[in-house]
Formats: sequence, C-alpha cells, structure tokens
Amino acid sequence: MDTRTAQPVMTTERDLRLDLFRGIALWLIFLDHIPSNIVAWITIRNYGFSDATEIFIFISGYTAAFVYGRAMRERGFVIAGARVYKRAWQIYIAHVFLFTIYLAQIAYVARGFQNPLYAEEMGILDFLQQPDVTIVEALLLKFKPANMDVLPLYIVLLLVFPPALWLLLRWPTAALATSAVLYAAAWEFGWNLSAYPSGHWFFNPFAWQLLFVFGAWCALGGAERLGGLLRSRITLSFAVLYLLFGFFVTMTWYFPRLEYLFMPKWLSDQMYPISKTNLDVLRFAHFLALAAVTVYFVPRTWPGLASPLLRPAILCGQHSLEIFCIGVFLSFAAHFAKVEFSGGTAMQIAVSLIGIALMIAAAWLIAWYKRVEGRKAAARPQAVQTDLAGGGA
Amino acid sequence: MKTIALVAALLCGWAGSVLAQVPEHCDLPGYLLFSDSELRRVAGAVRDHKRLDIAVLGTASSLLAGAEGASSAYPARLQAALARRLPGVVVNVVSLAKSRQTTADMTRELKKLLAEMKPALVLWQTGTFDAIRGVDPVQFRETLEDGVADLQAGGADVVLINMQYSPRTESMIHIGAYADSMRAVARERDVPLFDRLSLMRYWNDVGAFNFYAAGRDRALAVKVHDCLGRALAALIVDAAKLEEASGQAGQ
Repeated sequence: MDTRTAQPVMTTERDLRLDLFRGIALWLIFLDHIPSNIVAWITIRNYGFSDATEIFIFISGYTAAFVYGRAMRERGFVIAGARVYKRAWQIYIAHVFLFTIYLAQIAYVARGFQNPLYAEEMGILDFLQQPDVTIVEALLLKFKPANMDVLPLYIVLLLVFPPALWLLLRWPTAALATSAVLYAAAWEFGWNLSAYPSGHWFFNPFAWQLLFVFGAWCALGGAERLGGLLRSRITLSFAVLYLLFGFFVTMTWYFPRLEYLFMPKWLSDQMYPISKTNLDVLRFAHFLALAAVTVYFVPRTWPGLASPLLRPAILCGQHSLEIFCIGVFLSFAAHFAKVEFSGGTAMQIAVSLIGIALMIAAAWLIAWYKRVEGRKAAARPQAVQTDLAGGGA
Repeated sequence: MKTIALVAALLCGWAGSVLAQVPEHCDLPGYLLFSDSELRRVAGAVRDHKRLDIAVLGTASSLLAGAEGASSAYPARLQAALARRLPGVVVNVVSLAKSRQTTADMTRELKKLLAEMKPALVLWQTGTFDAIRGVDPVQFRETLEDGVADLQAGGADVVLINMQYSPRTESMIHIGAYADSMRAVARERDVPLFDRLSLMRYWNDVGAFNFYAAGRDRALAVKVHDCLGRALAALIVDAAKLEEASGQAGQ
C-alpha cells in the first residue's frame, strides 16, 4: 500500500474500491465453490443474473490496464508485453499447482468410494485410469476440473492482452468496438475453445473478453468519459429497476409458483437459457447495473474505504492471485471436511468462516512481507514494484 | 427391571431397523412432487384401456448392479408402487437404461422405442453422464428439448428425471447448468420434472438417509430406489389426476 501510493501513477492513485470489491468477490467465489453450503445463500448469484465472476474479471481487466498501460506508455510495447506474459506464466503455474492438489483429492476419494448407489457418479474418477492423457490435457488447459475454469480464462485473456492494450491506448473506442464485435461473432457463429474429454470451455474466452476489455477501457479514461452518465439519476433509476427485475426473476427459480403466476411465457421464451458460458447479455447488463449503482453510492473518496472494517476485504483484493488460489484450495478442503466429518449446517458455517479468516490471514501475511521487502528494495528500479502491483488474477 | 427394559428397547430398535429395510412409508414432501403439467395420455390409457405402459430411458443411476438389481432398481419399484395404487390397471414398466450414455446417444433410440413399445409415458433420466463428459450445456438443452418434442409428437407423455444428490462427488461434477437446463426443458415442453436431486437432498437433510456413506452398502441403494419408485408413482398419480378416478389408495 504505502509503497504504491508513493509511486507516480498515470492519472491518480489506485482506486481502493477496486481492491475492496475484488476482495469481496474472492470471498463470494470461495463460498460458491463449497458445494451445498448454506452460507452461499448470501452470495449475489442468488439475487440476480450475474455473480462474483463478473466482478472479478472486470476488475482484473481494469487493474491490468492500469498497471500495464502505464508500463506500455513509459517503456514501450515490448517491455509491457513481456510483463503481461510473465504474469500469465505465474498464473499458469498457480493453475498447475491447484490441479495437483485436485488430483490428490480425487485419488483419495476414488480409493474409498464404493457405494453402489453412485456407480454412475464414480465415472468422474475414470480419468485417473489414464493419467498420461489427463495430465497432458490439463497442461494444455483443455482438461479443467470443476471450479478450476477461471484461471485458464484469465491466462488466455492475458495472452492476447498486449495488442488489445496497444489499441486501447491509441483508439480506445475502436478497441472496445472490436471487442464487442468479437463477442457478437462468438454468439453468432458459436465460437469457443474445445475442452477435454468433450465439450467446450465453461467460460468462453471469446465472450468473456468483452468484460475484461471493458474493464481495461474504463481504467484508461473510459470511466471519466462515462462520468456524466454515471452521476445521472436517470441511469440510476434504470439500473435499480433492472436489478429489481433480475431479483424477481431469480426468485421465480426458487419459488416456481411465482413463475407460474406472474411470468409471461413470451418473456421466459426470450430470456432462457441465460448462458454463463457465453456471458449472456442479461448477465452483462446485470453487472453494469450493479456497477452503476455501486459507483453512484460509493464514490472514490468515500471515507469508509479507510475504515478498519473493510481493511480485510481490501487486503484480499490487493493480492488477488494468491488469495484466489488459496480460496480454491480451501474450497477443496472444505468439501473434504464436510465429507469426512459432517455435512451439517454447523459444519458449513464453520468451514465458510474459517476459510475466509484464513484468506484474510494469508493476505495480511503477504502484504506484510511485501512491505518489509519493499522497504529494503526501495532503491531498486520500479519494475519490481509495478509487477507486484499487477495484483493480477 | 432396568435390564429387561433395556433389552426390550434394543429388541424394538433391532426390529425397527429390520422393518425399515422395506419402509412402508417413505417421506415424500408434496411440494417436491407437485407439477403444473398434466399427463393426459397416462390418464387416457388408464381410463380407456385399464393399462399403463411406461418406458424408462436412462443411465447407470437408473440401474442397480447384482443378481436382484433389476427388481430392486426404481423402475421395478415404480411398477410395484403403481400396481398397488391403481388396482385393476395393468402396469408395465420397461427399463431401457444403459450406463455411459449421453442424452444425444439416447435420442437415437426414440423412434424405435415409440414404434415398438408405444408407451403412454416415457420417464427420461439424464444429465449425469452429460455433466461427467462435459457436454456443452446449451447443446444438452437443445438435444433434450428436441427429444422430448419427438416423444410427445409420437404420442407419449414424458417425465424428466434429473440427477442424484451425491455429496461425495458434488465438488467434482458440475451439475448446476444441466439441472437448470432440465428444469427449463420441462417448463418449455410442459412436462413434469421429477426432481430427484432436491428429493434426495431433502432426505439427506431430514436424516432419512446418509448419502455421505462411501462403503459397499447395498441395503442403502435398495431402500433409496424403493423410495424413488414410490415417489415417482406419487408424481404420476398426481400429474395424471388418477386419484379421483380410482378412489384413494395408499402409497
């Protein structure tokens, strides 16, 4: 933190709201990743179309443009591009590390699981029969176990980010338009990357890039351009109305009677399916509405951002790659604890709270280490600093 | 005195657990078996012909292994439960379930099934194997919707059966998108969805069954399939409005 504020930055200092909401998104992703978790009822996916993934990808695009955009202006395309690729490599390593843990967990489960009721579900363990194929497909990012889809998306987005960033710095509008066209083309022509053993990527990079590029566009001056729009009460009322609509529609999923009584058939024909894989327009719009309402009520200078209560979330958001990985690991561990000891409500609440506490503790430790190291290396060139601030994932 | 009471209590407990092997009443919450969609062809077949032919399409979770597997799996238990509830009606449930089939694989057999068997009702259990194989959820939905439309056009009512609740594998198999798709197809084609997932989760939550069990316990699987058969019978009787026709009958 203090090292960062001391740096000369492109427009102004880093927007703490980004760290805050990314930190919260990381907690929500963790809660959603624990299967059958009662605490996950508080997460936003239950009250509207979009979920924490949208927040996470948008903010990641924003911070990536913020950090690497400055690098590209100051040191040129090649150096900035190399830094982006270094970051992508780090994320790849993190992904492979998580996959290793996943393999260990699956292999453990496979050993003791013989319940005849679940002969079919045990099929998920089949890939252990061919570790050679499975591991190679995993290294190629084609085999992605459940809940391990976000990092591969992020890696692919970073791999094409340097030219996108170059365009964003020169003709931001053209870059955003290109991104939107790619999104539309992906929908029109059904583009997606293929997966192993069959099917496609759970997060279609051709669709989700729109959110990432939009985040980057906002970071490079787009947010100021939208300023008037975002301060208007008309925008606010539209956003609130749309959020209420999303809330009502999600309620019909839990109370089918509501749908039967109030949901016109033509509307549901239009709306469904709401594709998460292809970042449905309803989801994207829901995220925009959430963001508009948030920006209206939480200005950049909001004093609450300095409050110690929000400090844990901000800390987690500032070290998002590490905390994301720890979250995925903890959700495996939480599932393991539920299966081995008890799946009851008390256990669900306990693993959720302990998990978030561990994420905060880890973020605090990483921040402390970077601060200590940062002081020692104060004389060294800024390159190291910006990379850390990349705070990517 | 105390010892006798203790022994008596233990005996009762033992007798209770033996009897519980084939429960007379499974806990079947009405709100999970309620459907707005009607099974008109089932109603017609029962009313006009006193006969009900049901085909079960599905994968490994519609089967039980072993010598008595076929008679213990839910299709056979459904036949028994329906026969009890519909006296005077010939109930014939044929299971065509095979393991390791995607929804697309199963749709290839629909024409033959309709031509040869002419069932009044097709129970279509699917979703799990598609989720394991990672079939594109959008494609899954379209395949299923077309298949249901074909069955309806061929003169059969349809009930969709979704996945089992499987807590040990739920962090490994992403069933969410497939379960949502099945719900959507059921709504779209106006057919009942037998929500096996919610029903089994309910049984787990009220403590009726322990689905976390990992061991080779066949008794659990047999009991669960019996209850699933009864629950299906309840759904069919309700959705075809057979209760009024035949008077009331037990579970």
